Amino acid sequence: MKVLLNDKQIERIVKKLAERVIEDTPAQTEIAVIGIRSRGEILAQRLCAELSQKMGREVPCGTLDITLYRDDLNSPSGNSQPRVRTTEIGFDIDDKIIILVDDVLYTGRSARAAMDALIDLGRPKAIRLAVLVDRQGREFPIQSDYAGYKTDVSQNQLVQVFLTESDGKDEVVIEKGE
Amino acid sequence: MRKKTEQFVWTRKHLLGLRQLTADELTHILDTAAGFEQIGKQTVKKAPALRGKLVVNLFFEDSTRTRNSFTLAASRLSADVINFTKKESSVSKGETLLDTARNLEAMGIDIVVIRHSAAGAATLLSRNITACVVNAGDGYCEHPTQGLLDVYTIRKLRGSLKGLKIAIVGDIAHSRVARSDMWAMTKLGAEVIFVGPPTLMPADVGRLPVSVSTSLDEIIEKVDVINMLRIQFERQSSNPFPSVREYSHYFGLTVDRMKKAKPNIIVMHPGPINRGLEMESEVADGANSAILQQVSNGVAVRMAVLFLVSQAAAQTNV
Repeated sequence: MKVLLNDKQIERIVKKLAERVIEDTPAQTEIAVIGIRSRGEILAQRLCAELSQKMGREVPCGTLDITLYRDDLNSPSGNSQPRVRTTEIGFDIDDKIIILVDDVLYTGRSARAAMDALIDLGRPKAIRLAVLVDRQGREFPIQSDYAGYKTDVSQNQLVQVFLTESDGKDEVVIEKGE
Repeated sequence: MRKKTEQFVWTRKHLLGLRQLTADELTHILDTAAGFEQIGKQTVKKAPALRGKLVVNLFFEDSTRTRNSFTLAASRLSADVINFTKKESSVSKGETLLDTARNLEAMGIDIVVIRHSAAGAATLLSRNITACVVNAGDGYCEHPTQGLLDVYTIRKLRGSLKGLKIAIVGDIAHSRVARSDMWAMTKLGAEVIFVGPPTLMPADVGRLPVSVSTSLDEIIEKVDVINMLRIQFERQSSNPFPSVREYSHYFGLTVDRMKKAKPNIIVMHPGPINRGLEMESEVADGANSAILQQVSNGVAVRMAVLFLVSQAAAQTNV
């Protein structure tokens, strides 16, 4: 096991991501942050707090459950049964720039599912993808717009994100896969 | 990707009744249903979870609301739906239940939703076909999705069923809803009281996990939830009560009786209501009534059931 990012680094990355989002976003444009369950949800809330503070206005924040949009629902090889949870987006996404947040970007399949789920909710002006860790291994033509940390760990390794709200500590580690 | 946590795994490819489910299984269905509620509020009221699946509603008994609710649930999950009713099918020409089912299976169905007047029909079917089977009511035995939507509605309003006192009032003997409710509610920690005239109590009531009362007036002030069953005139062969007026006098939920109830009592009814008989209109449409919430929750609960059995099937057919 190797520690990739510690709590200080994660904090700095979230702040940096917020700055870059603000740089790219025209002042009058409506913006909202939506996190993919479950670690993306927590990161989205942190990013949203930073954005709200720096922009001096309340940036809406929501949570997306992508289970029903996954592409492995009917494949017997999907080894663990996905658990359906709630999508909680209490605002209209039409014509807003949506910052879609996840912890790790790897194959791109979650991001694909999330985009499909979002489009069933409305028509955003744009969707931008922000991730804490961007690792190699894309299977779909999907790239991040904001990557906190880029790494090219090999296929048989596992990038594991721990966040205080769900795991009691802020840390990103690389583990040997089974 | 994610490390596997202690995750509950749903393994049943059929939903035949609530009697055989554990409290954990019931809770898993209710938790899953919560995730389906918002689909009906989206711009695009659909999710692709059952895309390409074929669901057959095989209804040997008349039903509009349950069948529509299942149809809507399947459609919202992008499944294709065929409706198969007794009147329009070869069943009226003497085809047996199993022949009908095997014919449907030859068309490549994935899930059969069956309603039948014989108790055990869904179970019989599940043992003879490879598709998933969901019981939508069998005789006087069970109506599991109604039981689920009832406990879902209560849980949503109160957070939990633990310690709640729930009265189920009326024609218990002819009610599969009462039985499914009873199993689900007691497993989730509620106390159930069957209320009605002795002529409308099932013969085996002494062996069920409920208490019995013949007086609505005695229990009305103690209960947190009251579920008023419909008097099923179509199922009455004898005369279980002298007159409709007398029944309604003793067992109707009237505005006067409601004055004795707890102020936050939840009033439920599986529908369709005989207004003025088991319930006065003012009560059915009143602030305590959860009747319309039951209907909309029914769609979410049925989506969850269709999704879960289909997931179990995908994983067992390896």
